[in-house]
Amino acid sequence: MADKEVNMTEQKPKATRDGFGEGLVELAKTNKDVVVVSADLTESTRASWFKEIAPERFFAIGIAEQDMFGAAAGLALCGKTAFACTFAVFASGRAWDQVRISLCYMNLDVKIGATHGGISVGPDGATHQALEDIAIMRALPNMKVIVPADAYQAKKATIAAVSLRGPVYIRTGRSAVPYVTSAGDDFKLGKADVLQEGKNVAIIACGVMVKNSLEAAKILSAKGISAMIINMHTIKPIDADIISSAAQQTGAIVTCEEHSVIGGLGGAVAEVVAKKGPVVPVEMVGVNDVFGESGQPDELMKKYRLTPEDIVIAALKAIKRKK
Amino acid sequence: MNKRPDIEKLKAVARDVRIDIMKMLTEAGSGHPGGSLSSVEILVALYFYKLRHDPKNPSWPDRDRFILSKGHVCPALYAVLAHAGYFPKEELMTLRKLGSRLQGHSKKDSPPGIEVSSGSLGQGLSIANGMALAMKLDKKPSRIYCLMGDGETHEGQVWEAAMTAAHYELDNICAIVDYNKLCIDGRVEDVMSLEPCADKWKAFGFNVIDVADGNSIEIVMDAFDKAQTAKGAPSIMICHTIKGKGVSFTENKCEWHGVAPNKEQLKRALEELK
Ligand SMILES: Cc1ncc(C[n+]2csc(CCOP(=O)(O)OP(=O)(O)O)c2C)c(N)n1
Ligand SMILES: [Mg+2]
Repeated sequence: MADKEVNMTEQKPKATRDGFGEGLVELAKTNKDVVVVSADLTESTRASWFKEIAPERFFAIGIAEQDMFGAAAGLALCGKTAFACTFAVFASGRAWDQVRISLCYMNLDVKIGATHGGISVGPDGATHQALEDIAIMRALPNMKVIVPADAYQAKKATIAAVSLRGPVYIRTGRSAVPYVTSAGDDFKLGKADVLQEGKNVAIIACGVMVKNSLEAAKILSAKGISAMIINMHTIKPIDADIISSAAQQTGAIVTCEEHSVIGGLGGAVAEVVAKKGPVVPVEMVGVNDVFGESGQPDELMKKYRLTPEDIVIAALKAIKRKK
Repeated sequence: MNKRPDIEKLKAVARDVRIDIMKMLTEAGSGHPGGSLSSVEILVALYFYKLRHDPKNPSWPDRDRFILSKGHVCPALYAVLAHAGYFPKEELMTLRKLGSRLQGHSKKDSPPGIEVSSGSLGQGLSIANGMALAMKLDKKPSRIYCLMGDGETHEGQVWEAAMTAAHYELDNICAIVDYNKLCIDGRVEDVMSLEPCADKWKAFGFNVIDVADGNSIEIVMDAFDKAQTAKGAPSIMICHTIKGKGVSFTENKCEWHGVAPNKEQLKRALEELK
């Protein structure tokens, strides 16, 4: 844990979309089969960083997400690994049927660079805040879903996605977040990281909520409660073993995500708890089945109950529900 | 240009394919005869004349690609692939049955020779663009063919794709519209008019080839040759066809879009086709 704290204080926070962009830069330099398609959000998604290095392998498709995924599919059918980049709302919502048939059904090597996930998008408001994307992407056969916790992890996930067969949804955020991992940490898709051991409650989080969970753990610790913290960066395939053993060890679970409480990380964890057990109380911190609104990211995180304090409340509730 | 095959032979293949389609659909008890029958000559001209392909080596990297965007007419494609030697003709009668490779709407590599999965209309031309971009990037000679229904071109994605194909000057693409004038609800003209169809594609930057009779193998072969000579722009063949072509009681009948013939109807159809 000590080195995590050092990270959180010493490194300048960085957005996970920047980590995604750094991953693309690395791939531009090292893998000539990687191509990028973009739907007029080239700078915002950091696809532009790839374009600078490999302009001949970058294709602007215009504001046409359905066509973009189709083009990505065609490129993949001819041996390329295609990154299709746009905001998470459009990547998941505007072209779901194209993602379903043209990508998932054919199990093609298209990696979706879905930036601007979650409510921390901020002032753009509800239309631009993806809060259902994890649920609807996770439901698709062959799709994998990754929500990196910091820029290091986003870069590693982006590179790792290429060696994974089939479509991958990489959800990153717009706003800067402190580091919760180190540059040298291992990143294994589908294998969650235990950031902190604990025995009274397990807090399972993804994305920016990992940082909030670590802060919640400090507050809980002051109350004499020991919380296990798990960074569930891969939501599909979910690390069922770690969930079961966390349930076993702590007897209570809290899930934390910058997403609806319906069908996302909370849903995925609850499915494992129900099917694999042991059955323990699960509390979900997330957006409660409502649309967001304009505001600064920190204001929105507060209003929509995604702060460390909200996690603490959920943890106490979960502990209270233990038999 | 490719060497022209014996026209009479191709006509015989087209007739056999129609017979197979009717038998397959009757056996399956469901499926789409109208659009399958209207596109027979287009498919036969492709697989027996235009496409550079190898039925014994379906994944030959330098092959031309054919995308069936209107996936509901896959029975026609299955029959043509079987005749071309991709798989045994006996398998045709497994269409739509549990465990069969011949799915109700086409599924990639099932069997090998099927290039893409389709069935949700409007997605094929975008995929063709991606393939064409990859071929240009790798400096490969392969050409990409994509068959769409006329009703299918109601889909907005088709026009997104049209812009992309023209923008990137994808002259290795030849799109084909099976303009049989019918969709499910009725005449395309009444449901949602495409006219002026050729002008629209021209305005989008395509080299438009009007194919006056898309059920004439010779005329369709001529059009494919013409498309291949176009440089700097994608081509589209607007093929005027007859939905349900070849069987008197299915021709130009909207009702025959998505129902299989019963045994009695099959008998009548076979008498006409033989
Ligand atoms: C996206 C989508 N919407 C609706 C359908 C249902 N559907 C199947 S075939 C069809 C009509 C197609 O008409 P057309 O493209 O003219 O095909 P053809 O006449 O050649 O059969 C429709 C609406 C579908 N398969 N995909
Ligand atoms: Mg039609």
